[in-house]
Amino acid sequence: MQIYLPIAEVSVNAFLLLGLGGLVGILSGMFGVGGGFLMTPLLFFIGIPPAVAVATEANQIVASSFSGMLAHWRRKTVDIRMGAVLQIGGLIGAAFGVVLFNFLKSLGQVDLLIKLSYVIFLGIVGGLMFVESLGALRRANSKEPVKPPVRRQRNWVHTWPLKMRFRTSGLYISVIPPILVGMAVGVLAAIMGVGGGFIMVPAMIYILGMPTKVVVGTSLFQIILVTAFTTLLHATTNHTVDMALAVLLLIGGVVGAQIGTQIGTKLKAEQLRVLLAGLVLLVCGKLAADLLIQPAELYSLGTEGGHS
Amino acid sequence: MIRLVALVTLFWNLALPGSAQHIVADLSQSRVAITASFSGSDIVVFGAVRPEPGSIVEDPTMPVAAPLDVIVAVSGPRERVTVRKKDRRAGIWVNAEALDVDAAPTFYKVATSGPLDKILNESDDSRHRISIDHAIRSVGGAEQVGDTTPFIDALVRIRMEDGLYGIEENGVYLTEQTLFRSDIALPANLVEGEYTTRIFLTREGKVVAEYARALDVRKVGIERWIYTLAQEQALLYGLLSLAIAIIAGWGASAAFKYARGQS
Repeated sequence: MQIYLPIAEVSVNAFLLLGLGGLVGILSGMFGVGGGFLMTPLLFFIGIPPAVAVATEANQIVASSFSGMLAHWRRKTVDIRMGAVLQIGGLIGAAFGVVLFNFLKSLGQVDLLIKLSYVIFLGIVGGLMFVESLGALRRANSKEPVKPPVRRQRNWVHTWPLKMRFRTSGLYISVIPPILVGMAVGVLAAIMGVGGGFIMVPAMIYILGMPTKVVVGTSLFQIILVTAFTTLLHATTNHTVDMALAVLLLIGGVVGAQIGTQIGTKLKAEQLRVLLAGLVLLVCGKLAADLLIQPAELYSLGTEGGHS
Repeated sequence: MIRLVALVTLFWNLALPGSAQHIVADLSQSRVAITASFSGSDIVVFGAVRPEPGSIVEDPTMPVAAPLDVIVAVSGPRERVTVRKKDRRAGIWVNAEALDVDAAPTFYKVATSGPLDKILNESDDSRHRISIDHAIRSVGGAEQVGDTTPFIDALVRIRMEDGLYGIEENGVYLTEQTLFRSDIALPANLVEGEYTTRIFLTREGKVVAEYARALDVRKVGIERWIYTLAQEQALLYGLLSLAIAIIAGWGASAAFKYARGQS
């Protein structure tokens, strides 16, 4: 069934959009990532103009993250306090990121820098996580009767001042590390134009030492706020949020998020981390290939909008 | 200078008895409505060639005139386009050179009753901007990229693949040198705006008559409503989009909770 999208001004298959939304929704519910880093290239591929794809996807992520978070909420695996602290850092980071973005733009070649930082960052995060979680998985399998080793709860992060109790995560740590993590993700999110869940999730596990089960719900909580803000920003400044596209994607997305959460609860934390690491590496590989392999069409078109 | 040449040509044509022709034409529809289920459309351009009133018809003393040909060109609104070229720098493919094209139609299709290079000469083509290359206007591009040709070619090639540009030689059916008809396919990824349909009558490569007709392409119904709201009530539109997202997210969660409760 073809449907004409009012803002994107293209005609696409409605079932294809439902399917895409569902697929990304499942990942969202399982891993606590928004899925923006996957959805953007997929939407480009089916012919949605980039500006519309980025803006509309933010709106779609609000829906699937909200759906996924509610499922975690019922299981009490959302750390509101931690989410709020990360959010404060995130807003500061995002503001700084916009300034940095404009500075890089004045130097030229900002696109290349974004892509390179994507590849390097995803490669490092994905690689480290893959090795670590694979090791954890092997340990858990070999010594079945023994309880898997407790994650190291104390590292340099726990010696800083301004301590705060994060009951849901079972942590009593300084608020400075979460704010710094939030800031770092905020900067990256502003530059790369994504929610940053795929960076936030590993950071929460490895730097803050949060339990994997709490991480997903908390990440979703903070993604909702970021993407809701992004949606409003795009809608008011660029008029590029396509409501029809968003509705089709989010119907698939909210259902997918529920299914994803179900799958997530049936998997061990280590398995979940291995899969997320694999996904991150996959995206990294795709981006690297785009940079290294000669494209079939060397030319691309960009319209600045505004018919004359 | 061009205007003077055009004027002279016009008078020349008028002064030549028997060669004065004019076009009577119409479109199967004067407006195209883009609805939610719009998946492309066809418009039929049809008409007839008539001798100018008062001119001598079928004068047996006149030599037999060369055959007439018809060219139909449908054009969408023009807009600025940036054509970027990727290049290999330090082993990585990056956007390097870019050409800003001043005005390229969002849609452009030409149909003719014969091979274009046979029925239309170069000077009349550039004067009336008939072929695709002439419909794209790019001034001062040479300063940006040196040779603009590969960039313009790429623009045409990409838009042709999207079904937005095209040329169909022998796409106009001309019967008895009088009646003509052409079907122009409008693709599903059509952009709204004021379209123009131009019909040219040529003889021995020269344009002897011209006719233009507007074609209005508009979104209607829910498409119109969403588009207008997004442009004019942006904040309200953004909040509404968020509300839909939140309600849908909650709805799915509640539905799954209910389904689990039942089982």
